[in-house]
Order: sequence, then structure tokens, then C-alpha cells
Amino acid sequence: MPLPVPATVETSFQASEPSTPPSAVRSFLRTRGSGRIADATFSALMLLCALSIFAIVIFIASILVARSHLSLAQFGWKFFARQAWDPVSGDFGALPFIYGTLATSFLALLMAVPLSLGVAIFLTELCPRPLRAPISFLTEILAAIPSVVYGLWAVFVLVPLMRDVLGPILYKYLGWTGFFEGSNFGVGLLTASIILAIMILPIISSLTRDIMTAVPNSQREAVLALGATRWEMIRTGVLRNSRIGIVGAVMLGLGRALGETMAVTMVIGNHPDIARSLFAPGYTLASVIANEFSEATGDLYLSALIEIGLALFLVTIVVNAIARLLVWAVTRGAPARVG
Amino acid sequence: MSTQPINFQTKSMRLNTARRNATNYFISGLSIFATILVIAPLVAILFYLVYKGASSLNLAFFTHIPKPVGEEGGGMANSIIGSGVVLTLASSMGVPVGIAAGVYLSEFGRGKLLANLIRFTADVLNGVPSIVMGIAIYSLVVMQQKHFSALAGGIALAIMMVPTITRTTEEMLATVPHAVREAALGLGVPKWRTVLSVSLRTASPGIITGCMLAFARVAGETAPLLFTAFGNQFWSFKLNEPIAALPLQIYVYAISPYDEWHRLAWAGSLVLIVLIMVSVTLVRIFANRGALKGAS
Repeated sequence: MPLPVPATVETSFQASEPSTPPSAVRSFLRTRGSGRIADATFSALMLLCALSIFAIVIFIASILVARSHLSLAQFGWKFFARQAWDPVSGDFGALPFIYGTLATSFLALLMAVPLSLGVAIFLTELCPRPLRAPISFLTEILAAIPSVVYGLWAVFVLVPLMRDVLGPILYKYLGWTGFFEGSNFGVGLLTASIILAIMILPIISSLTRDIMTAVPNSQREAVLALGATRWEMIRTGVLRNSRIGIVGAVMLGLGRALGETMAVTMVIGNHPDIARSLFAPGYTLASVIANEFSEATGDLYLSALIEIGLALFLVTIVVNAIARLLVWAVTRGAPARVG
Repeated sequence: MSTQPINFQTKSMRLNTARRNATNYFISGLSIFATILVIAPLVAILFYLVYKGASSLNLAFFTHIPKPVGEEGGGMANSIIGSGVVLTLASSMGVPVGIAAGVYLSEFGRGKLLANLIRFTADVLNGVPSIVMGIAIYSLVVMQQKHFSALAGGIALAIMMVPTITRTTEEMLATVPHAVREAALGLGVPKWRTVLSVSLRTASPGIITGCMLAFARVAGETAPLLFTAFGNQFWSFKLNEPIAALPLQIYVYAISPYDEWHRLAWAGSLVLIVLIMVSVTLVRIFANRGALKGAS
């Protein structure tokens, strides 16, 4: 409903004597109705769309439970403690995949956390101002590269590098630990962890950077005024204040690592084994679904794969929820980041 | 006559200062080293991608469909079109719902418990692995229809777009000054009209940015398409049939043992990355120059 043109308003203002009819604006406001019904409909519509977010979560959970009931009924809770994976005889257990997922995610965090902390410290405390934006932009580009492209790069660059250069070096100097032995084909848990670390680095570092920027400058100045060196200032003034948020950022990275699919599938070797050596091929929850889902024959097989998906869904929901709460507790007031 | 500076420090204090300074330099060095170590793989990946991709790109890539194994040439034209179809479907479903949910959070539900819960759920949903969306949509749509389809792929991607768009829409609406809304409401404009033509219009550059970022994020998704759109070696425009998509085709080609297909995978990756980069960069320029500055 368009407002009346200004010209009309002007003229009616000029003729605003008590006896004259009400101004155009006022008559417009009187005649156009209260808009109550339209408002109610509109806000109900918006609410409906907002509630669809709940609906999506509930729908995913219920459909996964419904479609995995065969395997739930057959194996019960033991499904997650069994090591068997034999589609031919219908014997399924998720332990090797849980092991693979945990091992790769843990190793990836081990590599990514110190590095991303270093980057965040550099960007917030040390970096010359003109360098700040380009470096942040570069790390954000790193976050925008699709998983499958990382996988492609890993297959053709990282795998040969692991096989011919890094692997032998690790074997020579750290072989005695037992983590780097056996035949090294380039694909395996370690390669998957490295590509995972590269992928979660930008997420953790940009979140940590935001959290550290949220620490008030007076904190820094106070510590510096007491005669602290810059590192002591960072340690006592910045890191100590933002540690909860940093834990949250790391957990968000962990959530990403747990569910990462394509790049890991392409380099982990896809073999349901539990081996101590990091050169050995493994399998993760996400990659077994990606690999075997579309060729799963038999209802029990499909049901077991969907149950693995259900486990992945629940674990990532819990990890992300805790992480969000921690990050939220620290950056409250500062604008939240999305994506 | 020269005066010696009076030194208040004892020897142990001097040593302590030296140690603290050394630690400071050491940690600073470590953090610079870490930054270089993080930037290096990115530069390596981008360089390698451009190097391999550019040497593999040719006209046939954009105009031909894949050739059978063993034949030279062929392209990914059907995958590019297929990605376009799936992404259009996803955007047409995900963008309106996402924006509407964001409008609710910002304009109607501010401070309410329900809105806080929805916001939290959106953040958590944002972190759910894409492959889980894939099997959920497979169970719902593909199992019902008994075949893979472009529509199923679109729905899976749409679900992934909703939480991101909701949260950016909310953030952007929150930056619209209250005075602007009050001005409209004070003129007697109904609330729904105020939201649509004042709040949303003022925040539109930021909201478009959010939509583009969500778009860029799902454009490279492979996992949910594996069992929804499934991929197709031929031309296909039907929504209830399997359809080709660029990330899917890259995946298939990357794990194949043929050199010719590897070449196509590199070319496809370069095209995909360029598309994503262009949209992200455009968004950045757009957002920095947005009408938001004029509004406040």
C-alpha cells in the first residue's frame, strides 16, 4: 500500500483548520485498517520457517533411527564394540570405524591446534597491520576449498610425498615407537590425519583469532604496565582470559574433523582394521558410508551403515553443542561468526 | 665526564630478564614459523591446482560430455550444467526458508527462549556432517521414489544452506538501527511491511553475502550427492532422474586409475575453485561497499 504523495500531504497541512477534514496521512491511517491479521499471518509464517530448523534435526534423527532398526535390533549396543565387518555373512560391528575416526581426528588436532594457536597469536598480537588482512583472507580461502579438491591434491601430491619422503624418515627415526612400522603405501591413518589437519586449521585459527580479539585492550596494557614481556602479556593477559573460548574453537574443529568425508575417504586406504602403526590403512565412520552405501546389498547391511550415520550424527551434535556453548560464553556481546 | 648509568638490578635479576626476553623472542619466532607453515600448504595447493588444472583445460571440457574409458578427450559439460540445476533447486528451497527463519529470530523472537533455542539449534545443525544429510535424504526421498534424483540432491543441499543463511540474516538484521524501523512504524506502516521493505532492504547486502557464502559452501559438497543425485555420464535435465554434478565427477575421476580422467579431475577442480573464489571475492567487495554504511 503506497503512502500518499507528498504534495497532497503539504496541501492538507496548509489547510489544517479545526473545521476541515482530517489530513491525508491521518485518513490514510484510518482507512487502511489495523493490519493485525496481516501481521499475525506474517509472523506465524516466519515462526514456521524458524521452527523448520527444529523439524530438520528431529526429522534427521527419527529417520536415521527408523531406518537402522534392523541393525539396532540385531546387535544392540554391542554394535559399537564389535570388530567384525563381513557383509557376506551379515556380521557387522563399528569398532574399526570408531577407532579410525578417533585416531585421525586426534592426530589432526595434535597437529592443528599448536599451529592455529601460533597463527592466531601472530595475527592478533605480532602481525604488522598491513599483513593482517591478506593473511586472514588466505586462511579463509583455505576454508572455502571443497573437501574433494583437498582429496585430489592429497592423492596426487601428499600420498607420494608420504610414501617416498616423509614415511621413510619417520620410520628411520621413530620406527622404534611402533607407530611407524609395516609397509608404507602412502595411504593410511597418518596421511588422512595430515589432510584433516590442513582442513581444520583455518576454522580453529579464525575462531581463536576472534576470541583473542575480544579480550579487552586494557587487560594487555595492565599486564604490560607491570613490566611483562610481550609473551608474558599474551600468556597471562590474553590466553588465560580466552582459554574457554579456545577450547570451544578446538572442539568445533574436532566436530569438523569427525565428520569430514571425501578427502579422508580418498587417502585413508579404506580397510576395516585396527592396527597400531599409523602407516596402516584405516577406515572412518564417514568414509565407510561414502564408500559402501550405494552398493550396500541387503537390508541388514544398509541398516548397519545407517546406524553408523546415526552414531556420527549424535556425536557431532554433542561435540558441536558443547563447543558452541563454550565459544558463546566467551564472545558474548561480540558478533558471532557463521560457517 | 661520563656518568655510569646506575644499575639497580642484581646479577640474578639481569639473568632473569635475559631469560624472559629470550622466551619472548622464542615464542614470537615460533608463532611466525607456525604462520608460514600454515600458509605454505595453501600456496602449494593453489599453485598445484592452477598448474595442473590450467594445462588440462580446453574447449572440449566445457562443451563435451565424458567419453568412455580409453577414449581421449571428453569434458564435463553435463556436470557443470548438472551442478547448476542442483544448486538452483537447493537455493530456491533453502534461501527463502533460511531468510524467513532469520527474520523471525531478529524481528519477532528477540530475547525469547524459543528464539535462543532455534539459534542454538541452527549453530549445531551447521556442524552436522554433510554425509549424514545425504543418508537422511536418501532414506526419505530416494527410498520412496526407488531411484536417485536431482531433486533429492537439491533437498539435501538446501537443508545444509538453511542454518548458515538463518544466522547471517539474523546478524545482518541486528545491525539495522532501530530508528529506521521506528520511523516506518511511526508512519503507521504495518509490521510485516516494515520488515519486508525497511529492515530486509536495509540489510540486503549482508544477507546476499550470507546466501552467497552458503551457496559457495554447498557448491563443493560431494558426500550428500553421492546417494542423492548419484551422478550421470550423459545429458540429463529431468529432476527425478540421477544428474551429474561437478564435485561428484571430480571424485569419480580422482579415484579412477586412468590418466586422462585424472587430467579432467584437475581441470574440473580448477573450474570449481574459480567459481567459488569468484563468488566469495565478489561477496567481499559487495559487502564492504554495502548500503549498510549509508543506513547507519
